[in-house]
Amino acid sequence: MSDLHLLNLTQVRDLLARGEIKAQEAVAACLGRIHDTEPKISALLSVQGEQALDAAKSLDAAGPDTDKPLWGVPIVVKDAICAKHAPTTCASRILENFVPFYDACAVARLRAAGAIILGKSNMDEFAMGSSTENSAFGPTANPWDLSRVPGGSSGGSAASVAARQCYGALGTDTGGSIRQPASFCGVVGLKPTYGRVSRFGLVAYGSSLDQIGPMARTPLDCAALLSVIAGHDPADSTSAAVPAPDYEAAVAARADLTGLRLGLPEQFWGEGVDPEVRDACRAAVDAAEKLGAKVVDVSLPHTPYAVAAYYIVAMAEASSNLARFDGVRYGYRDPSAGDLAGLYEKSRGAGFGDEVKRRIVLGTYVLSAGYYDAYYRKAAQARELLRRDFTAAFERCDLLCGPAAPFTAFGLGEKKDDPLQMYLSDIFTISLNLAGLPGLSLPVGLGRDSRLPVGLQLFGPAFGEDVILGAAEALSQALPSLPLPRGIAAA
Amino acid sequence: MGRYETVIGLEVHAQLATQSKLFCSCSNRFGDEPNVNVCAVCSGMPGVLPVLNEKAVEYACKMAMAIDCAINERSIFARKNYFYPDLPKGYQISQFETPLAERGKVRITVGAAEKVIGVTRIHLEDDAGKLIHSPAENVSRVDLNRSGTPLIEIVSEPDLRGAEEAVAYLKELRAILVYLGICDGNMEEGSFRCDANVSLRPAGQEQFGTRAELKNMNSFRHVQKAIEYEVARQADLLDDGEQVIQETRLYDADKGVTVSMRGKEQAHDYRYFPDPDLPPIVVAKEKLAALRAGLPELPRAKRERFVADCGIPAQDALVLTQEKELADYFEAALAAGADPKKAANWIMTEFLRELNQAGLAPGAAKMTPEKLAALIKLIDSGAISGKIGKQIFPDLFTSGDDPGAYVAAKGLAQISDASALEAAVDAALAESQAEVAAFKGGKTKLMGFFVGLVMKKTKGQANPGLVNELLAKKLG
Repeated sequence: MSDLHLLNLTQVRDLLARGEIKAQEAVAACLGRIHDTEPKISALLSVQGEQALDAAKSLDAAGPDTDKPLWGVPIVVKDAICAKHAPTTCASRILENFVPFYDACAVARLRAAGAIILGKSNMDEFAMGSSTENSAFGPTANPWDLSRVPGGSSGGSAASVAARQCYGALGTDTGGSIRQPASFCGVVGLKPTYGRVSRFGLVAYGSSLDQIGPMARTPLDCAALLSVIAGHDPADSTSAAVPAPDYEAAVAARADLTGLRLGLPEQFWGEGVDPEVRDACRAAVDAAEKLGAKVVDVSLPHTPYAVAAYYIVAMAEASSNLARFDGVRYGYRDPSAGDLAGLYEKSRGAGFGDEVKRRIVLGTYVLSAGYYDAYYRKAAQARELLRRDFTAAFERCDLLCGPAAPFTAFGLGEKKDDPLQMYLSDIFTISLNLAGLPGLSLPVGLGRDSRLPVGLQLFGPAFGEDVILGAAEALSQALPSLPLPRGIAAA
Repeated sequence: MGRYETVIGLEVHAQLATQSKLFCSCSNRFGDEPNVNVCAVCSGMPGVLPVLNEKAVEYACKMAMAIDCAINERSIFARKNYFYPDLPKGYQISQFETPLAERGKVRITVGAAEKVIGVTRIHLEDDAGKLIHSPAENVSRVDLNRSGTPLIEIVSEPDLRGAEEAVAYLKELRAILVYLGICDGNMEEGSFRCDANVSLRPAGQEQFGTRAELKNMNSFRHVQKAIEYEVARQADLLDDGEQVIQETRLYDADKGVTVSMRGKEQAHDYRYFPDPDLPPIVVAKEKLAALRAGLPELPRAKRERFVADCGIPAQDALVLTQEKELADYFEAALAAGADPKKAANWIMTEFLRELNQAGLAPGAAKMTPEKLAALIKLIDSGAISGKIGKQIFPDLFTSGDDPGAYVAAKGLAQISDASALEAAVDAALAESQAEVAAFKGGKTKLMGFFVGLVMKKTKGQANPGLVNELLAKKLG
């Protein structure tokens, strides 16, 4: 089957399960597609081709296994997530040669479910950025327009899924790093509830905000991935002891949106949103109403404090989380170090990129003696107020929605030297990280001017992933599907 | 130095004797080859996460209960950030704003005086690894076996007024930890360590003077010496009208001095903040009740019981209870039938001397409490003299021989047969005609001379009471 790569995750999964195609064929289709498209988009930092084919061979030898829900399905993993025997660089020089001897919990669960790890995807260094331009190993291009960014920080995963290099990918989301690139690349990306997916093996950026989540071409595909990776993990003390349902079954159970109360927070629909983005999202809301959803106007009054609170918390945590990259035990060590101070200064000075250093410095500052109360403590308070906003809103509606990002994919280099502009691209996503809530970006069409994908963010109460995924799948069925991305159409 | 009052607060770090480390399942054993008890978590690999060892929390709660602290319903782990090669994560996981327990007290005895020392807080934290320096190779190596070992830090109020009180407080804390079975209390190996904040203030002044923090004291003696030196140093400065600088000072045991390590301006800003990887510690009320019910007898209670039940002096009870093993030894000897006062005397004199010379712990002595009790009973029954008992003690201690069998084999049994002793008495008197005459002339003090002579002739085996009796009869 020559167009195997065009299938969705659940479609190929079903073919594999029925023995109609072999795992090796699925892997070969993806590797072929990687070969064809990678020169244009640079979505991956490493490809584990041989390991993937070996794994497929073993699976094929044993035959399909109904106990393995992702039997033979090739998956890409963001390079912030540890996968045994594969480099895990976080797109940083400081981890350039780091190969972990352990799998992240999510990766181990994928493997146990029969999935095959194809490669590790590009990202902003240590997940710090919104364009994947902060990768030490070069940017990724948006498959829709190669002169544009794929978003970030999970830009490599989003671009890889959009370019049909894989059937699904893992991303990580600290402030929007799954949802914003999903929006820019026209794929589906879900940030689960904090604690839904184990963070074990995810190289920490902002530990109280980070979540691993699925990225794929349909909400149903994301549901299939989430069913495998969700659930309590004793190795992560912040993972929730809440049973994970069969998300795919939950999605299948919902045919339309009858009775769904869909809230539109005023702060997400006003100033600062590109008109083409707002209109595309509004059209999707209209479609939802036609499917039976009841639209409710709500307010999240503390939204204006989210960006500031987010950057204080994230940078403070990052300044501590990145202290372990010191050149002592692993990673980059400057050979001319001299004394101990030199070892730290030179290794970290050369190992980290500018944005990482900026965030470490700012995070160190906000935690310093005399500033803690003014910054970190205030941010923690703002966070609590945001949580209450959401609690109040979810008393009046089942889901909320708004644009996933205020604009469509911007040009490579366009915002690179303006960190504040870059930070604002997360304006609609970060509140959910601060409140620990789940959110999904669903492609709802192309902007009428830019002809680039627009994502609608659907978000819900804690552990409401089943409702979000079900509504997203129902809504996506009612919307025209996107064509193949233009930038790699010829590939 | 009566012009100044010494003010001391102590920070004690006690390693908890759990099977595994505080946040991973690595063994918490001391003394292994470098870097064998190490995993991804305690070596700070990317992406790994801490999981709290519940046993360590239980141990810390036991200590909190033993010194009457209030245990917080929720306590929070915080990161203490600083760079050092023995600290793989770049931060220590400790507790800052809300520690495990607060507001405790420890009663100490110094001489005849009793004093209550306030405890500010107890918190849980993980230990760092160790650097092994090799000057010959010009390298330093990192050993992470200790990285992640559970510690409790016990912070005292500035209630201590001198080196002697400080040492008494430390000994009491250490005894409590060992009695609870949660720390082995080994200062040389670093499982029980302390830093001392020392300052002086003019007598009668309420406000504290500027303090220096003393580190690197690996024994009670070091603590005593370091504080004494520091008090004298600060007094000299103040006498000369100079200022004490707030700084950290290291004790140099070889030279007996404290040396500046870093000043206030070089002090770390640890940037504490709540550790997002760990939920608050919440110990269920039922669990706390069970822990409290299971607390063993603590040193003070044991001491008071020894005084009340055994009739031994308070000072002796203090010596016997400071090491739990010694107290156990004493109690085992009583259980084997030894007279309490006599057992206490033998243990505090002969037994401790031999033990210290051999460098052994009480439980490791070949002379078991039962054997000591047997020895005491041999003396009590008159089978051997006390003198012989002392003479043969080192042998018995080293060999672990049964005292009864030893005495029989060496023919050391006391001669209590009057007819057998009579010949020796007669011989002694026959040899000392002059002294006999003097005695009869009124120099009764010479009785001791005659007894000694008889003892010599019987190689110390004569029953002294009987010898006295026979001599009195013959000389009378």
